[in-house]
Amino acid sequence: MIRRRKLAKWLAVLVALHGVIACAGFVAPYDPVAQDRQHPYAPPSKLHFLDKQGRVHIRPFLYPLRMREGLFNQYEEETARTILLKFFVDGSRYKLLGLVPCRLHLFGVDDARVYLLGSDGYGRDQLARILYGGQVSLLAGWLGAGITLFLGFGIGAIAGYYGGWRDEILMRFAELFLALPWLYLLFGLRAFLPLSVSPLESFLLIVVVSGTLGWARPARLVRSVVLSAKERDFVRAARGFGASDQYLLRRHIFPETSSLLMTQATILVPQYVLAEMTLSFLGLGVPEPVASWGNLLGNLQQYSVLMSYWWMYLPALVIVPFFLCYLGLASALQEWANFSKIEG
Amino acid sequence: MTNLRPRSCGCSKLLGLLFVLAVIVASVAVALAQQTHSNEELLALSGEAGSSGGRMVVSLRAEPKTLNPVVATDAPSQEVIGTMQADLVHINRATHLTEPALAKSWKVSSDGLDYTLTLRQGLRFSDGEPLDAEDVLFTLRVYLDEGVHAPQRDLLIVGGKPITVTKINAQTLVFHFAKPYGVGERVFDGLAILPRHLLEKTYQEGKLGQIGSLSTPANQWAGLGPFRLKEYVAGQRLILERNPYYWKTDTQGHRLPYLNELVFLFVPSADAQVLRFQSGETDVISRLGAENFSVLARQQRGYTMADAGPGLEYNFLFFNLNDLGDKTAPETARKQKWFRDVQFRQAVSAAVDREAIVRLVYQGRGAALWGPVTPGNRRWIDAAIPHPARSLDKARQLLRDAGFRWTNEAQGEPALVDAEGKPVEFSILTSSSNADRTKMATLIQDDLKQLGMRVQVVPLEFRSLIDRVTQSKEYDACVLGLVSFDADPNSDINVWLSSGGTHLWNPSQEHPATPWEAEMDRLMVAQLTATNSEQRKKLYDRVQEILAENQPMIFLASPDILVGAKNTIGNFHPAVLEPYVLWNVDQLYLRSGAENAGR
Repeated sequence: MIRRRKLAKWLAVLVALHGVIACAGFVAPYDPVAQDRQHPYAPPSKLHFLDKQGRVHIRPFLYPLRMREGLFNQYEEETARTILLKFFVDGSRYKLLGLVPCRLHLFGVDDARVYLLGSDGYGRDQLARILYGGQVSLLAGWLGAGITLFLGFGIGAIAGYYGGWRDEILMRFAELFLALPWLYLLFGLRAFLPLSVSPLESFLLIVVVSGTLGWARPARLVRSVVLSAKERDFVRAARGFGASDQYLLRRHIFPETSSLLMTQATILVPQYVLAEMTLSFLGLGVPEPVASWGNLLGNLQQYSVLMSYWWMYLPALVIVPFFLCYLGLASALQEWANFSKIEG
Repeated sequence: MTNLRPRSCGCSKLLGLLFVLAVIVASVAVALAQQTHSNEELLALSGEAGSSGGRMVVSLRAEPKTLNPVVATDAPSQEVIGTMQADLVHINRATHLTEPALAKSWKVSSDGLDYTLTLRQGLRFSDGEPLDAEDVLFTLRVYLDEGVHAPQRDLLIVGGKPITVTKINAQTLVFHFAKPYGVGERVFDGLAILPRHLLEKTYQEGKLGQIGSLSTPANQWAGLGPFRLKEYVAGQRLILERNPYYWKTDTQGHRLPYLNELVFLFVPSADAQVLRFQSGETDVISRLGAENFSVLARQQRGYTMADAGPGLEYNFLFFNLNDLGDKTAPETARKQKWFRDVQFRQAVSAAVDREAIVRLVYQGRGAALWGPVTPGNRRWIDAAIPHPARSLDKARQLLRDAGFRWTNEAQGEPALVDAEGKPVEFSILTSSSNADRTKMATLIQDDLKQLGMRVQVVPLEFRSLIDRVTQSKEYDACVLGLVSFDADPNSDINVWLSSGGTHLWNPSQEHPATPWEAEMDRLMVAQLTATNSEQRKKLYDRVQEILAENQPMIFLASPDILVGAKNTIGNFHPAVLEPYVLWNVDQLYLRSGAENAGR
């Protein structure tokens, strides 16, 4: 019971986090590619409750930012004017969950811009970029993990169940794949592609390539589970009664691999998110101006950004809760699987 | 009195004797050397007198390809060669005026066709071999040889004919021009005088282009500059040492240069250069981006940062206007139809937010550009060129006049389509190693999005970018920058002549492709031979106006020259002409007590 509650807890947090990312358009006040050329590298807006006269406001407000005279990356607050933070305001157009055209945003301000997490070198809202970037990175993780598991499961099951020469060939092949330097492979692959690749194409490229390259490890795991499962007494008995391969696989062997697959999925998703980030960081991923977590971190390659604007590190922090939840879920799943095995 | 004589043994006595002998031999040698050099005519430089010794460390963005001035085209090579070679007449980087160098004086004939140059007495190459008029004759022969492909060759052809040189005596030479030459004695700047005794044999074998690699043994390479080759460590550094035969002194008669060693470290990225400078590993830094400059300026510790004002670099966007005939891919041909339309280019220019580029890319440390001549070049800039403010309305009007229209896509964002209904989409190449230009391209991308154009920014490794632009010509548009090596318009002649290799939008044409390119050719050639500088200015102004009208390059912005040096470096006077910091390397010195002298 405790184990199940633990599982539910991790799952709930993870679903909530993904929910926020999925509704990026609603949570973020602005479009992630909209530039505000008056405010490059604006620091995170400070929300105030207490004004200059010492009055307490229930609703938070902020002061507009003004560039310091002669300096182009330092700001000061104009305290003459207060701007109230408003909730559920109309703003830029977006599509909720990629489907429903919408204009409602969780919060926003009138005739100024609010940067809860600061802005980047083009005056683009970091919060919006992190949320929208999450959509790209997480989707890449999910799809990549999906492809890998599909391939790994299929190949592993065939190798494990049928054995013999099929097993030999597939497993040697798997070893070959494990030995591939996939980063260089991607570099090479990128060189073969046409010069300008649309964001969608490069996204699919990342997903498909990283997904197909990673099948070997799950395949080996699935194979070992299938190998042991097919020798178990009830499977032998079923075979003795004349059950077909198809029936055996579906009824007895695949269920044995389900917990393994779930655990693998929770481990693989963050891995593939990380793969996308690595590629985007190196400039091989989705191109500007589309945001992805790797692109956002790519800004940190510049020494001046590293030294001057601390809020540019925030995308790195955002990843932490996601990865923590995935790994927490993975270990909870494992415990739960082990426990139910003992019980069963 | 007690005897204070120290205890001594025979061995130390012997050493003492040897030492005394050595001192005597050395002083005799010095005296002899001074005697042989007594007839030297050294050039005394004004300015603060420094102290000798020490080494200065400079970082280079890339390893120089060659030490051979005859074939060097890349900036790192030119920077290193600049410290190892010397020219007959030199352009002072601070005053932008010419001054005597290897030639102590020159006379121009009344018709402007003959330049009589008198060489200094007693000049020696860095290996001690004397220089005479024969070396100069040899040098000119090499530069003018078509088989050598020297980049300087174009500048030495006046009125379609190469310059001829005649030797009057060992010290005097007459240079004859077929037509009066507008640049005058500036032509001699950058023409490194070559050591005939080392190179003649190789030249006759036709292999001159292949020598001068960095691994050349130090005793087989010589020049007339302040430094000479000492050691090269592949992939890491190049060490130059003081040329003891250098021909300049300071006000007190000390022979320059002051520094014993000049070390070039190969540091591939701008950020790594900043880190090396900040940690004190390098003594000076130049070619700084505005953002790194502000980082360094904010935490100044033992170094001084300087903004020398707008330099001669101009950044621009240009479209692929090459005519590849049948080889053109249909996709490219379709796009080139837009690019060739002057109204299309004008519309793009009107939509570009130059002020934002200066603000966001250069943090205000730069100037917006509407022509190739930057505000840093006050003498040659054409003040009459209009500086229209950014106007999307004007851009839309121009596009409408050119037959483009907008369709409402499903998303509600209007998309620009050409007369045939095809959407206007293209990509802009930028150099992936240059964050500034990538940022410019990203800003332009957003500017053009507001006109309904769909633009992709493609950062490419610099060499493959240049290859695409000048060789394979497979690209749509590109953001690049050029740096004039001199304030004079002649330094960019290769960019404006339609036959020039740097005529980037359509390089090396056999015949000018358009009437306005033909007119630019005519004007550039005319200014080359006009002696009157006002007339030259008028001709070059017209070139700038043609560029502004036709927008083959959409000029964007020019960065300030941002440099820094340790406080221990004396005579640090950055210039806006290249090399920004090392132009007076012979006068740079380490202030006494400099802790890095023995490093």
